[in-house]
Amino acid sequence: MSDQALPAAGQQSPGASGRRAAPRGAALGKVFEGLCFSAATALLIALGGLLVSLVLGAWPAMRTFGFGFLFSTTWNPVTDVYGAAGPIVGTLVTAAVALLISLPIAGGVAFFLTELCPARLRRPIGTAVELLAGIPSIVYGMWGLFVFAPLFSKFVQLPLMAAAAPGSLLEKLTTGIPNGSGILSASIILAIMILPFMAATLRELLLTVPAAVRESAYGLGATTAEVVMSVTLPYVRTGAIGAVMLGLGRALGETMAVTFIIGNSHGFPKSMFDSGSTIASTIANEFAEATTPMHVGALIYLGLVLFVMSFAVLGLARLMLRRQGGAA
Amino acid sequence: MLKTLGAAFGAALMLGAATFAQAAGTISGAGATFPAPVYAKWAEAYKAQTGTSLNYQAIGSGGGIKQINASTVDFGATDKPLKPDDLATGGLAMFPTVIGGVVPVMNLPGIKAGQLKMNGPVLADIYRGVIKKWNDPLIAKFNPGVALPNLPITVVHRSDGSGTTFVFTTYLSMKAAHWASEVGANDAVSWPTGLGGKGNDGVAAFVKQTPGAIGYVEYAYAKQNAMTYALMQNKQGLYVTPDAKNFAAAAANAKWASAPGFYLLLLDQPGADAWPITAATFILVHTKQTDAAKGREVLAFFDWCYKNGDAAAAQLDYVPLPASVKDLIRKSWTKIVGPDGKPVYK
Amino acid sequence: MTASAARVARRRAVNVVFEVFCWIVTAVALVALAAILWSLLSQGLGGLNLDIFTKSTPAPGSPGGLANAITGSIMMCLLAMVMAVVIGTLAGTWLAEYGGRSAYGSVIRFLNDVLLSAPSILVGLFVYEVLVAPFHSFSGFAGSVALALLAVPVITRTTEDVLLLQSATLREAGVALGATLSYVIRTVLWRSARSGLLTGALLAFARISGETAPLLFTALNNQFFTLDLRHPTANLPVVIFNYALSAYDDWRRLAWAGALLIAGTVLAVTIVARIVAQEQKRS
Repeated sequence: MSDQALPAAGQQSPGASGRRAAPRGAALGKVFEGLCFSAATALLIALGGLLVSLVLGAWPAMRTFGFGFLFSTTWNPVTDVYGAAGPIVGTLVTAAVALLISLPIAGGVAFFLTELCPARLRRPIGTAVELLAGIPSIVYGMWGLFVFAPLFSKFVQLPLMAAAAPGSLLEKLTTGIPNGSGILSASIILAIMILPFMAATLRELLLTVPAAVRESAYGLGATTAEVVMSVTLPYVRTGAIGAVMLGLGRALGETMAVTFIIGNSHGFPKSMFDSGSTIASTIANEFAEATTPMHVGALIYLGLVLFVMSFAVLGLARLMLRRQGGAA
Repeated sequence: MLKTLGAAFGAALMLGAATFAQAAGTISGAGATFPAPVYAKWAEAYKAQTGTSLNYQAIGSGGGIKQINASTVDFGATDKPLKPDDLATGGLAMFPTVIGGVVPVMNLPGIKAGQLKMNGPVLADIYRGVIKKWNDPLIAKFNPGVALPNLPITVVHRSDGSGTTFVFTTYLSMKAAHWASEVGANDAVSWPTGLGGKGNDGVAAFVKQTPGAIGYVEYAYAKQNAMTYALMQNKQGLYVTPDAKNFAAAAANAKWASAPGFYLLLLDQPGADAWPITAATFILVHTKQTDAAKGREVLAFFDWCYKNGDAAAAQLDYVPLPASVKDLIRKSWTKIVGPDGKPVYK
Repeated sequence: MTASAARVARRRAVNVVFEVFCWIVTAVALVALAAILWSLLSQGLGGLNLDIFTKSTPAPGSPGGLANAITGSIMMCLLAMVMAVVIGTLAGTWLAEYGGRSAYGSVIRFLNDVLLSAPSILVGLFVYEVLVAPFHSFSGFAGSVALALLAVPVITRTTEDVLLLQSATLREAGVALGATLSYVIRTVLWRSARSGLLTGALLAFARISGETAPLLFTALNNQFFTLDLRHPTANLPVVIFNYALSAYDDWRRLAWAGALLIAGTVLAVTIVARIVAQEQKRS
């Protein structure tokens, strides 16, 4: 739609003779459009600036360590040699386990709210789940450290470690410090954090399924489970994958909920209860005091890796959701 | 709507401009958590008396060094002293403020503060992960009669860059060759094992929460949290308690006058009462101040602390510097000049 | 039992399992919410008193409150919101009304989504490199910019969505009367989308008020009360972060109280946003 006012019926168009004054506000209109365009472009500049500053900051480390950075587990500020394998693995493992735990629950909640919930309870429960999404991540971190960790240690870690026969697989999986922190604890807290977000997104997706489709399935005698599994889910499959990837993207970048409880050690986590680190927690812990240019560069290189991971995951997510039909 | 937007934008600009008003006397510093309790007490008293605020952020010695190099703060605080060469490269001047002690703390059911004895080599082996249980014969050997529990040892160290870590790992390197070759000494090292806590606080918090844990903290943190500390064997072979008297004994022979740039480590000092892991904590400022008034305010603050802060420091079991050292420090301040080349503080 | 009867029984059994599973996990989710709220309330209410609002953050062992942190957070969030609302509304308007259908528009929309989900710590790093290191000073202003960068994508998204929902007849009527498109947007569309725009702003505010990571390297923190955003500014999230990990009981109590304040604010704002959104749907 062009920004020129349509000439009134019967009159000549403005350019033809000089008699008709310029349409009211045309100049302002151009300015306004320009402002809007600049604002939109500002987004581009912001993101571009982010990427550029990350690359520039990471350059000393990129030049020295190259791609080997991604596979080395040495993180040694004394000798100024850094490798990101520990934080990268920690990030991927916590995000994956968090997704594994929270996806069935989010799916269950979404199905509950769309198929099973009594109408009166639908609004309050839906609101309650969305409220969980609003709790700041630092609250999850604190709750995780002070409330969850002691309980986890007492009721899960210690019994499992006691029950593990020496030399068994279970023992290998449960070695570690039984104070409630570690990779598994961080994953569980992360799962609770992304749960409401995924539940809300999945629920909105399920609501896009036309009533006719569902009702015809019910009309044929299908049980609720069958409607969900054979009709609704396949209908929203692409979008659901997109929603899952969005949850994954959030889990990858989460800082506060994880830093409190992951134990902050840079090596490869060797068991469920071992401490580890994620990219975000490493940056949060060490950036303010990294003194050598290599240390700073290594941390920003980590940030760049995280950015690329999130970018890739998000790109895929958006693709999926767009293909579904803009349910996001 | 556009008018509303425009008005909001204008209001924001004005809000921004208004808040850019001159704030009366504020100095900013960042760095070590080691002296943070005493700096906070001094800052409170100083503000009550003079109205000048000192904003000190305890982000770790590494952070202090970094931020003063970046000139984002007025002074940096570190327990890892910079060597004279590094000072010259960075254009920095360094001077000590107080002396404190690093103390091993533990969480052992049934064991009280001062009951357990510890020495350097055993501590190093615990932190290397070689000694894994509390009732290991290597620990029991010099702790006869102490009921050591059959708990696994949970090692707690610092997750951030820390001068306390520098002091601790330097001591371990001095006492254990394995430690020196495998790990080394720095404000951040590649720890063979253990959990990382943030700041002296974080280590104290982890140790308090975990039965069987051992950590290292500056003494004020151990005292304020009523933690179980160990006696350490000093150079003389005697087991001493960590307290201000024994930190002072370790510092008694310190030759500050002959230490260029005040670079001095007080580890493993001779003396029957000397606590082996004693350390001074330092302040870093630029020798060439870009704002002479700000430079003067910083030095005025520390001068006030030297004159009036001893009681508060002693209450937290830090050891104030002897008067002769304070005079030496004041003399060294003539090096700190403003843009005009004149010393900022007289 | 005939084969079909057996099949029906099996299908019913599967259904029961499925339904029970859904009920249970919903209960689990609600229990998790209740547990977190319960901890917040029990630990935080104990620390809430008038001192929180009147005294600044203390040295360990001294009494104090969160006045400077609360003020700092409010100032930075408000400044961030103003910047974000201006840029976000204009950008969203551009996407909805002007260039949204072009290739460039798709790129902008995609990048907006990336920024929306970007890890907030990276935004903090970026603002540190651009606004803190070159100027040699941590500042509340840098913190505000970091928060604004996190709020803009939310507002852009909701503005675009809400404007696209406005009926085409509104636009056409305005233009048919001889007005320019920009005039129609400013006087008609924005007005009719008013509550949707407000919802977006409220959601953005809820999001940034709890953010800690971007403030760690930009606003840092300040032990004292200050209104000067050119310097390190106290803020609730960083104070909570520092105090929660400490070993002092009074600091931990303050941390919980602060967490309760933030969570309470976010919840209140979210509820208000939903009420406003309902009215938008109704009108």
